[in-house]
Amino acid sequence: MTVRVFVPRDAAALSVGAHAVAEAVRAAAEARGADIELVRNGSRGLFWLEPLLEVETQAGRIAFGPVRAEDVDLLFDAGFRPITDHPLCLGLTEDIPYLKRQERLTFARCGITDPLSLADYRAHGGYRGLARALTMPGEAIVEEVVQSGLRGRGGAGFPTGIKWKTVLGASADQKYIVCNADEGDSGTYADRMLMEGDPFVLIEGMTIAGLAVGATEGYVYIRSEYPHAFRQMTRAVDIARAAGYLGASVHGSGKAFDLHLRLGAGAYICGEETSLLESLEGKRGIIRYKPPLPAHKGLFGKPTVINNVISLATVPIILDRGGAFYRDFGMGRSRGTLPIQLAGNVKHAGLIEKAFGLTLRELIYNYGGGTATGRPLRAVQVGGPLGAYFPDSLLDLPLDYEAFAAQKGMVGHGGVVVFDDTVDLARQARFAMEFCAIESCGKCTPCRIGSTRGVEVIDRIIAGTNRAANLLLLDDLCTTMLDGSLCALGGLTPLPVQSAVKHFPEDFDRPAPRVAAE
Amino acid sequence: MSRRVSWDAGTARALIAERAALPGALLPILHALQEHFGYVDPAAVPLVAEALNLSRAEVHGVLTFYHDFRQTPPGRHVVRVCRAEACQSMGADRLVEHIKGRLGIGFHETTADGRFTLEQVFCLGDCACSPAVMLDGKLHGRVDAARFDQLIAQSESGR
Repeated sequence: MTVRVFVPRDAAALSVGAHAVAEAVRAAAEARGADIELVRNGSRGLFWLEPLLEVETQAGRIAFGPVRAEDVDLLFDAGFRPITDHPLCLGLTEDIPYLKRQERLTFARCGITDPLSLADYRAHGGYRGLARALTMPGEAIVEEVVQSGLRGRGGAGFPTGIKWKTVLGASADQKYIVCNADEGDSGTYADRMLMEGDPFVLIEGMTIAGLAVGATEGYVYIRSEYPHAFRQMTRAVDIARAAGYLGASVHGSGKAFDLHLRLGAGAYICGEETSLLESLEGKRGIIRYKPPLPAHKGLFGKPTVINNVISLATVPIILDRGGAFYRDFGMGRSRGTLPIQLAGNVKHAGLIEKAFGLTLRELIYNYGGGTATGRPLRAVQVGGPLGAYFPDSLLDLPLDYEAFAAQKGMVGHGGVVVFDDTVDLARQARFAMEFCAIESCGKCTPCRIGSTRGVEVIDRIIAGTNRAANLLLLDDLCTTMLDGSLCALGGLTPLPVQSAVKHFPEDFDRPAPRVAAE
Repeated sequence: MSRRVSWDAGTARALIAERAALPGALLPILHALQEHFGYVDPAAVPLVAEALNLSRAEVHGVLTFYHDFRQTPPGRHVVRVCRAEACQSMGADRLVEHIKGRLGIGFHETTADGRFTLEQVFCLGDCACSPAVMLDGKLHGRVDAARFDQLIAQSESGR
């Protein structure tokens, strides 16, 4: 009997040795003369356990992790059955509490299926959303997405259905669907995991978006720091096209939709939607004035839906199960689930998809298990490099767009980065300004010049020069950037800076570092 | 590590021509040139401009806007170390200091023997396995000083 063994080909799993583990599995099977099928799945998102090896049994999939290549031989008996009393054995994967307590809708298949097998995809509910969408007029598809309450998962949280409605209502000879896969926020990796672990769900979501608004072409803009995801998406698009799911007649419907992939070139600003469109057109990634909105004048001047990977990849389940099903998860005006990415100095870093409303404290302690170093937690940055730093006293904040906005923070793309007590928030504030200076597109003065002035002012504060006056100046500069910048880069860089000053004032009031004698 | 070829206009023209008809062809062309030659030679600028009916200034503007594109050949191995927040929380600053000391160069520099080029990067998407380093396009997680030294030793012996 063929034994199915799973070793992820997710970039993060590979970065800690999954390839060597897969090779060791093949060698061990060969040595025993065992008949195995080695599936290179996506990651389950339990990254402290990567490389995670799974073996299919009648009771379900048995997991081992973290596995080193040299461990592999000892995990199997002579008949290639898993040795469940081995210290690395984690029992049934689905029973691991970290996974069991989640509500996986967007990531329902990630880590379970073979990412490049269409048969596997369909066997796990794939392309059911498209099948239903093909029976509906565009207006009805858009209405279903409106009803789901889905909001843009890229960071801004704008209702996806409303965006689609605008494009549907625009008349043009050509419309486009653009997927923003320029996942540049530190602490985030959900887009990457999904493109590597379940690429067809993104393709299906974009196809449904095309049917909904009357667009026949789509582009996926993937950042160049994700070469592995780019290769995986390339393969998946080729497979979907060969099977008739993309092309002149999607699944024999007579309706056309095709996809093109483009690689970014190392510019954080290209995660901003208008800058991304400029880049797709082959130009410098300089942001555009709005209006006109991309929904009216987007890619190549045509009406364009531009959505994040997670937003688009959530569309298939909404069409399959209905808008109401999705809307029933969540709290307040934050409906559905949020794939949270727990990262940085935390014992159990990984992907946690849960309905909105989980608090940071539950997340960091019940899932994350506290800091990786074992030292006390001091700060948490939520929402990437433009997100606020929160102290321990604010950890009972629920993950909800409005609750975070009320505390001058943002949920963003769902990245949560944990820092222990060795962090110096004055240095982090300086880094926020430095990052903005490096990545600014240069179009508006508050961002281009303000960020450099910000680094200088914070340097003076750290050096102990005229502290009170410089802190006032920093506040003034932040207000200018916040109110005067054209886009979120300059406009939100004050968030990490001001939250650091507000919640960690002692870090801006330390004895000045001694300067070496001249 | 990929074996890089030296600049030649004929190959460049062919790489450009293959992609000139793509919508928004400029980035795909610059990527193709860099992948083939290891960098985008300034001599390519007029060739690209002509093929896409752009001014040289426009092509130069795009080439210099994006952090990825370089105009001089890199070392045999390119080290990209992540400096973003998640990696900072796990000691990336210390790792960066170690790498700079070990290679004897700063960011955007190449060792005198032409073996290594060092670049900074802001997020490689390996934030759950920080700190992260990319060596010749391959991602490595949970990298400390000892692991880094091991990686660069392997990169040279594995050639």
